[in-house]
Amino acid sequence: MKERELVIVGGGPAGMAAALAARASGVGDVLLLERDQHLGGILNQCIHPGFGLHHFKAELTGPEYAGRFADLVGRDRGIEVSLRSFAVGLNREKELSYLRPGALEEVKARSVILATGCRERTREMIPIPGSRPAGVYPAGLAQKMVNLEGWLPGREAVIVGSGDIGLIMARRLALEGVKVKAVIELQKVSRGLVRNVVQCLEDFGIPLYLRHRVSLIHGRDRVEKVDVVKVDEEFRDVPGSGFSIPCDTVLVSVGLIPENELLEMAGAEIDREKNTPVAPSVNLTSIPGVFACGNACKVYDLVDWVTRDSELAGRLAAEYLGLGKPPPARDASE
Amino acid sequence: MKRPMTCIACPQGCFMEVETDGSRLIGVSGHKCSRGAAYARQEIEAPVRTLTTSVLTRGLELKMLPVRSSKPIPKEKLFAAMDAVKLITVTSPVKAGAVVAADFLGLGVDLVACRELGSGLDS
Repeated sequence: MKERELVIVGGGPAGMAAALAARASGVGDVLLLERDQHLGGILNQCIHPGFGLHHFKAELTGPEYAGRFADLVGRDRGIEVSLRSFAVGLNREKELSYLRPGALEEVKARSVILATGCRERTREMIPIPGSRPAGVYPAGLAQKMVNLEGWLPGREAVIVGSGDIGLIMARRLALEGVKVKAVIELQKVSRGLVRNVVQCLEDFGIPLYLRHRVSLIHGRDRVEKVDVVKVDEEFRDVPGSGFSIPCDTVLVSVGLIPENELLEMAGAEIDREKNTPVAPSVNLTSIPGVFACGNACKVYDLVDWVTRDSELAGRLAAEYLGLGKPPPARDASE
Repeated sequence: MKRPMTCIACPQGCFMEVETDGSRLIGVSGHKCSRGAAYARQEIEAPVRTLTTSVLTRGLELKMLPVRSSKPIPKEKLFAAMDAVKLITVTSPVKAGAVVAADFLGLGVDLVACRELGSGLDS
C-alpha cells in the first residue's frame, strides 16, 4: 500500500486551506481527494457575492473565492490533487480507500484531514406532513440545479426555513422570474444573516412569515399548495390562523448536517446530536493524527472563518508529523 | 425624516438610523465602519446591487458559467439585466475575470466570468 504524509478528503475551501497551510508548515507530500471534477466544493454553486471580505478584503463570489485557492493549490508541486475521487473507507490505522474512475485505490496516510463539509437536512427531518409530490427540494440542491445545470425547479415557490441558503435562493429564483410567494420560519427571527433578509427578501418584496410553519403539503403528482399556520411561543398552532399558498415548488432550507461517516468508520467518537467529532478543541478528533476541519467540524456562517480554522488544521497535521511550530489551540466554542 | 436601515455592505449587518430630506442623506448613525455611511448615502440617493447570475455555455466543460457585473448596477435595472443575460451563450473557453459582455446594457459595467471554464473536449 502506498504511503503518504498527509491525505486530505475534500477539495472545498476547508481542504484547500488545510493543504496550503500544511505545505507552508513543511509537509512535503499531500494528497488532496475531491469527488467532483473541479476543486472548490460547494462554493462553485454559490455564485452570489459576499465571500472573502475578511480573508481577501474584497467581496468575491463563491467561484472567485474558490478559484483563488485552486490556483495556489494547482501551482504547488507538493500537493497531488486527485479529482473524481470519492473516499469510501478509513480505519484507525489511517488506511484510506477511495474510488476514482476505473480504480479502487488504497493509501496509508501518516495523517488525515477530513474536510468533507455538510449535507442538507431534508423535509423528512422537520417533518412536514402531507403527500409526497414532485417539487420539494432541499434549497442547496435547487441552487445546484439553477446555477450549475441551468434548470428552474418550478414557477411558483414557497421556501421553508430562513437559513442563508433559503434566503439566497429566494433572491436567485426571483431574479430568474420564479414567483417566490413566501419564506416560512418557525422561529421568531430569521436564521440567516440580517443582510440577506434585506437584500434577498426585502429587495424583491418577498414576505417572511416568522413564527409560522408549513402544516401540510398538498399535491398528487406535483406540489399544488401548502398550508401555513401561525405558532405561539411554545410552537403550538394558533387556532384559526391557518391559510393556504398555491405553489408548485417547495424549497426546504432547514440546516446542515456535518458529514463524518469516514470518521465514524474509523471508530472516532461522534456527537450524535450534531454529527460532529467529539474533541477538546476545534479540528481535533478522538484519533491522534486524524483531523476534521471546515463544516465537517462545525457548521460555519462564513467561509472566511472556514479558511482561518482550516489553515490551523493544516498546521496541526504538520505538527503531528513532527514539522513546523505548534500552533495555538483554538477553543471549539469560538 | 428619520428611518431605520440595515447595512448590507458586510455580514455584520449594522442597524442604522438614516435621516433624509426625501432624496438626499442628511445624517446616519449606528454604523460600525465608514462603509455603512457610504452604503446609506448610495441607498438613499441611487440604490445599486451587484448582479450575479450564470449564463448558458455550449461546448464547454460546464453547462453554465457564473458571471457578475464588474461594478454594482442600478437596482431597478436588475430585471432588464437578467433578460439580457438570457440572450448570451458562451462558446469559447474563458479565464476568471474575462469580459463576457462589455458595457453591459450601456450601464458602463462589464459582465465578467467568475471562474475559468475549459473546453468540454478536455474532460
